[in-house]
Amino acid sequence: MLIVNLIGLLVIALIVWWFWLYKGETQAAAVDELVIQVANGSYQPSQIAVPAGQATTLRFFRSDESPCAAWLIFPDLDLSEELPIGESKSVLLPPLAAGNYPFTCQMQMYRGNLVVSES
Amino acid sequence: MSANDRSSAKEQNSSASQAVSYFRVDGASCASCVNKIESALLAVPGVEQASMNLVQGTATVSGHAQASAVVRAIDAAGYTAEHLVNQSDQQILEDKDRSEEAYYQRLMKEVYFALGLGVPLMIYGLFIGEMTVNTPLERFLWLLVGLATLAVMYFSGRHFYVGAWKSFINHSANMDTLIALGTGTAWLYSMFVVSFPALLPDMARHVYFEATAMIIGLVNLGLALEVRARGKTSEAIKRLIGLQPKLARIVRDGQEIDIAIEDVQLGDQLRVRPGEKLAVDGRVLEGSSSIDESMLTGEPIPVTKQVGDELAAGSINKTGTLLYEATRVGKDTALAQIIEMVKRAQNSKPPIGRLADVISAYFVPAIMIIAVLSALAWLNFGPEPSLAFAMVCATTVLIIACPCALGLATPMSVMVGVGKAAESGVLIRNGEALQAASKLTTMVLDKTGTVTKGQPQVTHIELVNASDEDHVLMLAASLESGSEHPLAQAIVASAQARGLATQTLENFEAIAGHGVRGTVAEHSLLFGNERLMREQGVLIEPQLDLAQQLAAKAQTPMYFSIDGELAAIIAVADPIKDDSVAAIKRLKENGLRVVMLTGDNRATAQAVAKQVGIDEVFAEVLPKQKAEKIAELQAQGEIVGMTGDGINDAPALALANVGFAIGTGTDVAIESADITLMRGSLHGLADAIAVSKATLGNIKQNLFGAFVYNAAGVPIAAGVLYPFLGVLLSPIIAGGAMALSSLTVVTNANRLRLFNVREG
Repeated sequence: MLIVNLIGLLVIALIVWWFWLYKGETQAAAVDELVIQVANGSYQPSQIAVPAGQATTLRFFRSDESPCAAWLIFPDLDLSEELPIGESKSVLLPPLAAGNYPFTCQMQMYRGNLVVSES
Repeated sequence: MSANDRSSAKEQNSSASQAVSYFRVDGASCASCVNKIESALLAVPGVEQASMNLVQGTATVSGHAQASAVVRAIDAAGYTAEHLVNQSDQQILEDKDRSEEAYYQRLMKEVYFALGLGVPLMIYGLFIGEMTVNTPLERFLWLLVGLATLAVMYFSGRHFYVGAWKSFINHSANMDTLIALGTGTAWLYSMFVVSFPALLPDMARHVYFEATAMIIGLVNLGLALEVRARGKTSEAIKRLIGLQPKLARIVRDGQEIDIAIEDVQLGDQLRVRPGEKLAVDGRVLEGSSSIDESMLTGEPIPVTKQVGDELAAGSINKTGTLLYEATRVGKDTALAQIIEMVKRAQNSKPPIGRLADVISAYFVPAIMIIAVLSALAWLNFGPEPSLAFAMVCATTVLIIACPCALGLATPMSVMVGVGKAAESGVLIRNGEALQAASKLTTMVLDKTGTVTKGQPQVTHIELVNASDEDHVLMLAASLESGSEHPLAQAIVASAQARGLATQTLENFEAIAGHGVRGTVAEHSLLFGNERLMREQGVLIEPQLDLAQQLAAKAQTPMYFSIDGELAAIIAVADPIKDDSVAAIKRLKENGLRVVMLTGDNRATAQAVAKQVGIDEVFAEVLPKQKAEKIAELQAQGEIVGMTGDGINDAPALALANVGFAIGTGTDVAIESADITLMRGSLHGLADAIAVSKATLGNIKQNLFGAFVYNAAGVPIAAGVLYPFLGVLLSPIIAGGAMALSSLTVVTNANRLRLFNVREG
């Protein structure tokens, strides 16, 4: 029984680490070329790095049919875009100050993060 | 050049200006396709660069080629292509409807397949036999059922497992994660029972294949119904987009041709016949007609338009034929801007939704932890067969938890509420404004243009030290021609009506909140209120009685002095809007303290206030003091809404908790306030408050429902009632409840569509 309990606690620790504590790598590569795939309940890549003070265009491609994926929202920028299925959609972002700007679907199940940093 | 030549030249022009265009290419699946398509594209005249992206299925083409030629070239290469840019909102909408319908149909197929297995199994388990594995025959039969369930998981539930996995490797978790874990656990446990029954005590040899199949079926059913219901939440925006006609009839060289609306350019002349919709914003060149702008402004009475009047795209021409010139096209039309604003507002969150956002960010992993904890609790303290109990409870916890209900609660209501408001000509900028509007305690109304029509007319001229009324009026009008104040325009209009020509104005100076000064025909002129005259040392005392009499009749007396001597009192009155009285009554009935704010003199302001039923008046307020008055009210603890024309009152609008800009028709500057009232009527104000209250109420119901559902459902699923009542929740019921919970949220939000905005 002790072993079972230890396994249970280990699973909980893994859940906490994997979903909450782990910080993913950011995708810094030329944003112009980057297409963020909206598929299977996630944004891929989900961590995007862009330089501060420059207008940026992010391209999203939605293949996920779930209505959840339909809207892309940058809550901090008061910006939302509807993503058509099976087409790429460019989202124009104004020049931003350094910081984190999360983007999500309407109900925050799909999550991504735009990391704006001084180059 | 013939009309046809010119139109094809124009087509080329418009393609040329679009240097880069995108095409969707279907049928390309291998690397060699890329080469084939790219070389086909480069062979098209005018294409300078072409690249095919296999992953996205899109081709990017730059150059001056015509889109149709590019599509033909891709088709000729054996693939199908579609031009992606310049799609109208309407086409996008149709595409969306089509793909939603296809998604719905696919989900329903998955539902039939899953329930086709799940329902008979459930009936068997409930009424006919035991779902236990005791004999070799039972083992064999349950193995077959297990494999059939696996087929259901593959055919009907694959998207849950793929979604869960993809999220997992991205360190995120969502509803798919919960469904995949729940159904996966139930199936794996059942297969373990079938494979190694001897390792388990008799009582634990129960299989749960029916749960897996039923949950997959029910959750898919919930999703399918949700797709349908969600479509309805965006009906308002669909209606707005539907206002835009697809074709415009343009007049060139005396010929009328129908062209796509995207091709209409500034300055084009267009013809519209009775019963047709206006294609773009424009100005009437010929003819007169009555125009129904109700879909845009909520104003039910058609407006008469004559030569020189402005027209808005999407309004309906009722009676006459008009020739008009395009003044705003494409994304610049008032309609396009309204659509843009509504779209943006529909996805912004009022502060009330923030807690739910924080919770949903941590929700799914937290539920997973609760599931593990409940399994451990059953294993440690539960009765036999504790393993089966632990498995059932963990599965039920995973299945019943519904992040969707929580996540959908706010956005669905905002979507419907903002759309509903837009239908009655009320544009809400964002969720914050929506929430603030529902909490207002005080409404401050600017007088001119808000309570009154804002088109003052000269009602009385009392000469004092002068004898020629026309001469006095001519001088006054010459001076006022420099001013943009509505009262000044009344003077100018009055002089024009008498056929008086104004003279050259020099040294003009506007003294904010006081009046104006300048020189005309070597006379030094002053025009303004009592304060201005006193400051400039003009003797007005003998005339004060008359001025007060005029003011008591809701007329604004203004003093006009020539060379330092009072020449006349000119009274101007601004008629009250027809429905101001009724609308202000509605505001008061809603429990709002209504205050009127104006730069006008106290007596006139009070006379107007009395007529419309306002008890509190701040009069003689300089423009810069308006914001201070708002701050004063806020200091008293009031949550203040300020209504003004959006331009003169900008600082006060900005400082107020909610700034309402009131417009007449579609001229209004949409970006200028938190809430924009498209029609001039104050009823829009009462409508806006009614809609925000109803929407906030709806959000609260949704949030409350979602919180209570999860807060009660999860512990019950974990088995907290078992020690007291001996009841456990079946995972199938949990699946049904979960599917119903998010559907309930969407349906409740849709209820807002039925809300009757106009009570008055």
